[in-house]
Amino acid sequence: MTETGKAIALHAGLVVLLFVLQWVLPAYHHGNLARVMVLATYAMGYNLLFGYTGLLSLGHAMFFAAGMYGMALTVKHLGWAPAPALVAGIGAGLLLSLAVGALALRTAGVAFMIVTLMFAQAVFLTILYFGEWTNADDGLVLQRAERMMWGLDLSNDATRYVAAWVLFTVCLGLSLWLVRSSFGKVLIAIRENEPRAQMLGYDTFRHKLAAVTASGTMSAAAGAGYGLLFGYAGASFAGVQYSILPLLWVLLGGAGTIVGPFIGALFTFYLIDIASGFTSAYMAVVGGVLIALTLFARQGIGGELRRRVWRWLP
Amino acid sequence: MSLLETRGLSKSFSGLRAVHEVDFALPEGEVRALIGPNGAGKTTFVGMLCGRIEPSSGTVRFSGADVSHLPAHRRIRAGMAYTFQITSIFAKLSCRENVALAVRRRHGPQSDVIEALARVGLDDRADQLAGDLSYGHQRLLEIAMGLAQKPRLLILDEPTQGLSDGEIDAFCTLIRELKAETTILLIEHNMAVVMQTADRITVLNFGEILAEGAPDEIRANRAVQAAYLGTEDA
Ligand SMILES: Nc1ncnc2c1ncn2[C@@H]1O[C@H](COP(=O)(O)OP(=O)(O)O)[C@@H](O)[C@H]1O
Ligand SMILES: [Mg+2]
Repeated sequence: MTETGKAIALHAGLVVLLFVLQWVLPAYHHGNLARVMVLATYAMGYNLLFGYTGLLSLGHAMFFAAGMYGMALTVKHLGWAPAPALVAGIGAGLLLSLAVGALALRTAGVAFMIVTLMFAQAVFLTILYFGEWTNADDGLVLQRAERMMWGLDLSNDATRYVAAWVLFTVCLGLSLWLVRSSFGKVLIAIRENEPRAQMLGYDTFRHKLAAVTASGTMSAAAGAGYGLLFGYAGASFAGVQYSILPLLWVLLGGAGTIVGPFIGALFTFYLIDIASGFTSAYMAVVGGVLIALTLFARQGIGGELRRRVWRWLP
Repeated sequence: MSLLETRGLSKSFSGLRAVHEVDFALPEGEVRALIGPNGAGKTTFVGMLCGRIEPSSGTVRFSGADVSHLPAHRRIRAGMAYTFQITSIFAKLSCRENVALAVRRRHGPQSDVIEALARVGLDDRADQLAGDLSYGHQRLLEIAMGLAQKPRLLILDEPTQGLSDGEIDAFCTLIRELKAETTILLIEHNMAVVMQTADRITVLNFGEILAEGAPDEIRANRAVQAAYLGTEDA
């Protein structure tokens, strides 16, 4: 089989497995996996920028929240149905990431991290400031009636699982297509050696801006999906923690691999789930595992798989 | 007509005059060697030609147009190619992908990738990671990336540094072949290479043009001997 064939077979296999699992898993894990697929979508968006373009953002929660609030606000205040509200959320993320990218990309390295962190903080405070519409700290709860999409009840467990799977699958396919396209190859070139990419005639600023926008828009799609599927939009999703989490998932799962974000999100979710059963200091356990992985599997789980088993892993 | 022309091109690094008021013209189709002692300003000069370094003052004209204010990628698109003195490749990508990045930008066919690799003798290493190549082979890959761009002006900054004698001979042959296709500006320390390949030579010293002429004239020039050749076994 060609490398393209193998890559497609592996990812298609994962997607099919996830689809079949809905009939196999007990209710508890069924619900968890639906949530993990949405969070993994967020991580895949993050990975486009961090893993493939080499830009470390500390403010991606603003894009997740843009999607979430773009969706929830139009549902709550304009009475929109879930489908157009989802589009509104994705559109909000697209516009925000385009604007933030245009400004933040004037900086690089540590300055880029700080600037993205600051923008995210501004978005977080904006959500609190407009409490009249956003309900500030308490957030917006979407009722069952507001979550009926094309006659499907998204608050129903089985429907929610399939909806999460569709979101995940579409974004996984898009990511795979993007990083294997000539555009994606240029992003990788920028990650590896930006001055060289420039001296081959590539407009690296435009490519990075496109990467921020693609990444922010996918993160927004995850945020909008999360709000819709779990019926809630809250300011905490715009907080620093939600900017750090996708970085953590991607690092653990393998930056710059397509399956890495899913592996990382799944691994972290169950690590916290299991560790919190033993101790309230479960974040210390997560920290320990992260340190161990950075020492012994520096490229994350997916990166080690690529290094040791599947060199062709995209 | 000149393919490339500079007027009063200067660069100072916090008071240090690296390049000073250089007027330079390179006719189409010529192989020009740029020589001069270490620190003479050669790398800085070509960096300003291709837009890597912003000049303190002066203008650069390429193919009849003023490109002084164009960013580097636009000048590359206009037909310049630059190979770095300090090897700058994509270490974690294969040789094939390194060259493919150069070809893809100008929408060239995949066959150009292997052709460029073959010209420098790296076609049998196409699938090796660039970072795993020996230093000399990385230099050759750097040259292949320049060739793959099919440039109108190829700027090579000390390409033979670190090559074996055999590879240097092959390089000289390659330059003579390329002469028919493109204009070449070659920074080179190895005087044997310069004498074999260059149509004309420009000597830079302390950021200024000290002499310019055919290889024989330069060889006979006393000022050049004093500044430069005296320290080299030409
Ligand atoms: N980025 C820089 N900052 C400060 N000084 C520099 C820089 N680049 C080059 N120089 C100085 O400018 C002079 C010319 O350097 P360079 O162009 O590299 O010379 P050459 O390529 O002829 O050896 C040297 O004195 C060098 O130290
Ligand atoms: Mg130099």
